[in-house]
Amino acid sequence: MIKRSFFSSKFLPYFLILPQFLVTATFFYWPALQGLAQSVMRSDPFGQHSTFIWLDNFIALFIDPLYLKSIGTTLFFSASVAAVSISIGLFIATMANRALKAKAVIRTMLIWPYAVAPAISGILWLFLLHPSYGVVAIAIKRWLGLDWNPVLDGKDALFMVIMASAWKQISYNFVFFIAGMQAIPGSLIEAAAMDGASPFRRFWKITLPLLSPTLFFVTVMNIIYSFFETFGVIHMMTQGGPGGATNILVYKVYQDGFIGLDLGSSAAQSIVLMTLIIVITVLQFKYVERKVQYAG
Amino acid sequence: MKMRRLLIIGAVGIAVIFFAGQALAEPITINWWHAMKGARGEVVNTMIKAFNDSQSDYKVVGSYKGNYDETVNAGVAAYRAKKQPHLLQSFEVGTQTMMLSGAIYPVYKLMKEQGYNIDWKGYMQPVLSYYMNANGDLMSMPFNSSTPVMYYNVDLFKKNGIAMLSKTKPITWDKLGEITAKLVKSGVPGGMVTGWQSWTQVENYSAIHNIPFATRANGYEGLDCELAINNPKVIHHITRLKKWADDKRFVYAGQKFQGPKAEFIAQKAGVYIDSLSAIAKLQKAVKDFKWDVAPLPVESWMKEPQNSIIGGASLWVFKGFSKKEYKGLAAFLKHLSKPEMQIYWHKETGYFPITLKAYETLKNQGYYKKYPFKEVGIKQITRRIPTKISRGLRLGYFIQIRNIINEELELVWNGSKTPKEGLDNAVKRSNIKLREFEKIYKK
Repeated sequence: MIKRSFFSSKFLPYFLILPQFLVTATFFYWPALQGLAQSVMRSDPFGQHSTFIWLDNFIALFIDPLYLKSIGTTLFFSASVAAVSISIGLFIATMANRALKAKAVIRTMLIWPYAVAPAISGILWLFLLHPSYGVVAIAIKRWLGLDWNPVLDGKDALFMVIMASAWKQISYNFVFFIAGMQAIPGSLIEAAAMDGASPFRRFWKITLPLLSPTLFFVTVMNIIYSFFETFGVIHMMTQGGPGGATNILVYKVYQDGFIGLDLGSSAAQSIVLMTLIIVITVLQFKYVERKVQYAG
Repeated sequence: MKMRRLLIIGAVGIAVIFFAGQALAEPITINWWHAMKGARGEVVNTMIKAFNDSQSDYKVVGSYKGNYDETVNAGVAAYRAKKQPHLLQSFEVGTQTMMLSGAIYPVYKLMKEQGYNIDWKGYMQPVLSYYMNANGDLMSMPFNSSTPVMYYNVDLFKKNGIAMLSKTKPITWDKLGEITAKLVKSGVPGGMVTGWQSWTQVENYSAIHNIPFATRANGYEGLDCELAINNPKVIHHITRLKKWADDKRFVYAGQKFQGPKAEFIAQKAGVYIDSLSAIAKLQKAVKDFKWDVAPLPVESWMKEPQNSIIGGASLWVFKGFSKKEYKGLAAFLKHLSKPEMQIYWHKETGYFPITLKAYETLKNQGYYKKYPFKEVGIKQITRRIPTKISRGLRLGYFIQIRNIINEELELVWNGSKTPKEGLDNAVKRSNIKLREFEKIYKK
């Protein structure tokens, strides 16, 4: 049964959404418009001279091979973060979903990392993996004989920030997957088991399709996370280095705008970043969502 | 009517007296935003307190605003909102941006207009010259200044029969090559490490050898300058370091100081080039070996090495305040440069004393007999009169340029580029930034 509410006053609904509207307008639309205005200007940090320069800031970005490389790095980085955190999150959720002793404790422990801020997570991983003082780094070098050096090797550095960024998101994904799995009727799985379906087949044919709405939601959220919130991880671990190997778009915005005080270019980059994430999200809804089965 | 007029006059008179009394009683607040935290922050607070206790007209309030980037950003945002502090600490790479901002009141002017006849010759010239405009006028007050020096592990040197280094006469780079080779041969994992590679290995290397870092006198004489670090000498130096990196005589441990410092403290490298402000950190952290300080190495062909250049920050005065406030500011800046304040500052933080008088006093007190390593940096920056090339760097978007140099050097160290390719590309990319910067301020 659907509940319906009726408002006696014509203005009451508008009044009720006013606070939310004000918050969104102040903290999202207004800064976004400011950013848009700034992106077509060339101005000094103190705001004393500003010149309207059409799309020069954008043109400068797209003829810069390093900016294009940064877009590539970002796409690879987000795809990897999403893939790693989703697959591990799904795996752990499947394991934890089985009846176990101390279920609540284990789940709490698995959810815990989500409470860690990205910057803290970056510091923790750096303490483990830094080639000079990292405990795990020493082990990797001594026992695996690998020449592990994320300070100098771009691939190592990228691997390191992907792991650190994915780690925290695993917990997030875990929460949604385990909730999704609990919503799957046990009878379905039991019936399949009685028909002789292997655990893998049961997962593949029953759990995963029924989990697809969750999977879709989690993918969208993970990609947005890896585009923006991983800033803290990058800032703490590599500052975009070595040689720009981990310089993802959001970090470049910060470096050029906040540290370098090049506001025009930074604003233009923000606009590009915003457009990119909108396009990616729309594409996901358009093409991936079709495969999602919302009803069991 | 007369009565009424009298009343008004009386009321106004009372009000004037009342408010004047208020103004006399209340000290004028002067806000200073700085980036000094921890032990250095405490030292700053002590210096402020000394000023506030010495007079009752002004009250300086110091606020820690985060690291250098954050402090400058806070200043920029505040100025845009017309809520700027009176005094802002800004790091040396931001000098050009601050100078051209149109938001500042030059320090030389402030001091002159407030009746302080300061003999700028009594200051350490290589420190002042970094903050002077093309006419030699001081734009901001130097505050914390340091320069890179070379730290070495005395125990490892002794063990390998390497003689201790002189504190005044620099060794040659070839000699450092021999020393690091010996260290590596004896089983030390690395020869040398360096913090802030752009500052120590390119900017200071160029200054010491009197090689232009950029055209137009390193940018002092015009915004149309171009980077010049792809010259044969710097390329040669980077090529040598790359060769050393291949046989472990040089280990790259990161852009900033944390990685290199950790390598040196863990005795995984015997030589460590970094700012002299690392002295305090090493004194605290190193327990199991002895270390000492030497000037930066020079090339064998450089018979009379130039001064090294400084790093650190200076204090900028913002526009938009009343005469009275500026009077207080001038008094405060004067207070900071007093010998006793500078001596205290140098002793506690290791940063240079900015006046020669403070330095002489310390010398006469026998301070450097007790702590000879604290004088290495001072001798290194004062060993010659700065030339147009060694006095400093004045580049727009310098932060980005340093970043570019760091990136390109990393690509050299990890073998993706040859030294020449890396430096050529650094110049090319930096020049794009310099042209963008020039456009902003072109009339």
